[in-house]
Amino acid sequence: MEQISEKIIVKDLIKIFESHTQKELNLLKTGKSKEEMRRETGLTVGVNNISFTVKQGEIFVVMGLSGSGKSTILRCLNRLIEPSAGEIIIEGTDITRLKSKELQSFRQKKTAMVFQQFALLPHRKVLQNTVYGLEVQGVAKKEREEKAMQALELVGLKGWEDKYPAQLSGGMKQRVGLARALTNDADILLMDEAFSALDPLIREEMQDELLNLQQKMNKTIVFITHDLNEALKLGDRIAFLRDGAMVQVGTPEEITTSPADDYVARFVRGVDMSKILTAGDVMKKPQPLITLRDGPHVALRIMREQGISSVFVVDRNRHLQGIITVDMAVEAARSGIISLIDVQLAEGPVVQRDTPVLDTLGIIAESKLPMAVVDDENRLIGIIVRGAVLAALASYKGGEENE
Amino acid sequence: MNKFPLDALIDQAVKWLQINYGESVDAFSAAFSESINFMGDSLAMVPWWLIILVFAVIAWRCNGWKLSLGTVIGLYIIYNLRLWAPFLDTLILVIISAALSIIIGIPLGIMAAKSNKFHKGISPVLDVMQTMPSFVYLIPALLFFGIGKVPAVFSTVIFAMPPAIRFTDLGIRQVPTDLVEVGEAFGSSPGQLLWKIQMPVALPTIMAGINQTVMLSLSMVVISAMIGAGGLGAGVLEAISQLKIGMGFEYGIAVVIIAIILDRISQGIGRSLGTVDNKNNKEE
Repeated sequence: MEQISEKIIVKDLIKIFESHTQKELNLLKTGKSKEEMRRETGLTVGVNNISFTVKQGEIFVVMGLSGSGKSTILRCLNRLIEPSAGEIIIEGTDITRLKSKELQSFRQKKTAMVFQQFALLPHRKVLQNTVYGLEVQGVAKKEREEKAMQALELVGLKGWEDKYPAQLSGGMKQRVGLARALTNDADILLMDEAFSALDPLIREEMQDELLNLQQKMNKTIVFITHDLNEALKLGDRIAFLRDGAMVQVGTPEEITTSPADDYVARFVRGVDMSKILTAGDVMKKPQPLITLRDGPHVALRIMREQGISSVFVVDRNRHLQGIITVDMAVEAARSGIISLIDVQLAEGPVVQRDTPVLDTLGIIAESKLPMAVVDDENRLIGIIVRGAVLAALASYKGGEENE
Repeated sequence: MNKFPLDALIDQAVKWLQINYGESVDAFSAAFSESINFMGDSLAMVPWWLIILVFAVIAWRCNGWKLSLGTVIGLYIIYNLRLWAPFLDTLILVIISAALSIIIGIPLGIMAAKSNKFHKGISPVLDVMQTMPSFVYLIPALLFFGIGKVPAVFSTVIFAMPPAIRFTDLGIRQVPTDLVEVGEAFGSSPGQLLWKIQMPVALPTIMAGINQTVMLSLSMVVISAMIGAGGLGAGVLEAISQLKIGMGFEYGIAVVIIAIILDRISQGIGRSLGTVDNKNNKEE
């Protein structure tokens, strides 16, 4: 079962740009760095012994500066660049062994690519650009144009199909690039710095759009970027590259909270933690709690013992019912109510576990009541109080300064 | 040190070729000559105003009404100067030579773009073809094919072909890498890559090469009057040898008129095919 969820498996991938001997290849396998190889053999190492897996339906971001080998890795995945050594297993097939005809059909069916500089064909109109992938497969004109129109509609370019690329803005060009890749209906999208050439506002817009589309399509996406914020925003997991070698792979949270080394740490410094941390990261255990069967006197006693002014009420299955405050409990006790079932409870703010802390800040600031964190079935899994958020943000800040 | 007998060696080589392949060359030459004459005769039967009209339409389609008007005036001047028959002779030779140069040159250019070895091999040959004084081609052509239109076409093709090869090679090599990657990434076959991406993107450059090939063809066809190609060049030659300045001027004007018309038309085709983007931007 494990095999099925892993769409792409890369094992010990090496790319040396110049022609080289087996001996030099073996030397690299012993763990030499790019710089050591350059000094000892004069060879330029593009990718240095890299292994990783990409799961079905995940956005896997490869992050690194220019020259880190990130584009080379991407191009090895569809063999625009021939790997020097290593295996690339996509859906169980080692694509490094494909013959040229097989490779052609692999590229037609399995992968689609989006380019940094859009790479639209200047002599073709938008629609003719979009159908390109199906055209080379020999799909009938009517069918391929229908599919292309669907893709163009999906990226919001309906009505632009008869324009030439030169008539479009950058953002629109990349939408065409995206539509062209989607028309193929390939499972794997390879995106090479797809949004880097766009200005910041358009870039954010396209990122949101991609996340949106991804929810509908559930593709496996390998996304290359040099922009950490983009990586953190898009990536389910992020691979950090430096000098052709892998420094760290992890979720955005793992990368930001426990960087593997100084290199990653330097990147991560200055990241707005409120965008990275989620409600789940800063919540406290939901204690104390009372149930609907308890009465107002129990509530009052708990509040007095804990020194708090309100307490969450749940049912037997921990489903959140509401909050009872001191004033309400006193009022209920005075009216002789025995069980909280008969009390009109207050409703405080509620968020999901994966809500970014950034989004909770405003709500917390405005609400007098603490915030509840619930799961998909409205079960209370944690609570957030003002102090906890500030403390969490401050502690990550402090952690960075220790570097 | 004695003189290296380059001239004698070349003479011998040409003679050897003549002896061994003379007959087949003669047969080919005769057949080729026949077809050129046939085309010339056919064209001569077309009324002069119809030819002007055809040129005017082509000029209008390629480059607008100004060129069209200029073409009509220019060709009428040629007709009025009683140079119509030599004009047609020259035109036929230019069309045949340029067409052959393009038909042979573009595939060679594609090969040069696809193979670095071929590119390196053919470059010096092209250098020689272009820098050798054009008269020199006339001599072996004369020896092989005798006097007439066939050696004229032969030497013209050799002289005019290099730009077609060079610009095709250059145009394809200049196609941006990411466009080539698009072709490959979406699983194009090498043929699809060439015809759907590389050639269309290279087209403006290739058209510039074709323009040059046409112009070189014209200049060589005029020169090859020296080996009996006839046409406007023959008139120029006669005027020079007999010091008829007025006559030379008339023929010279006719050549210039053809040159301008062919140049503007072939440039116009290049523009209309090539720069789709600019054209559409203007329309906006």
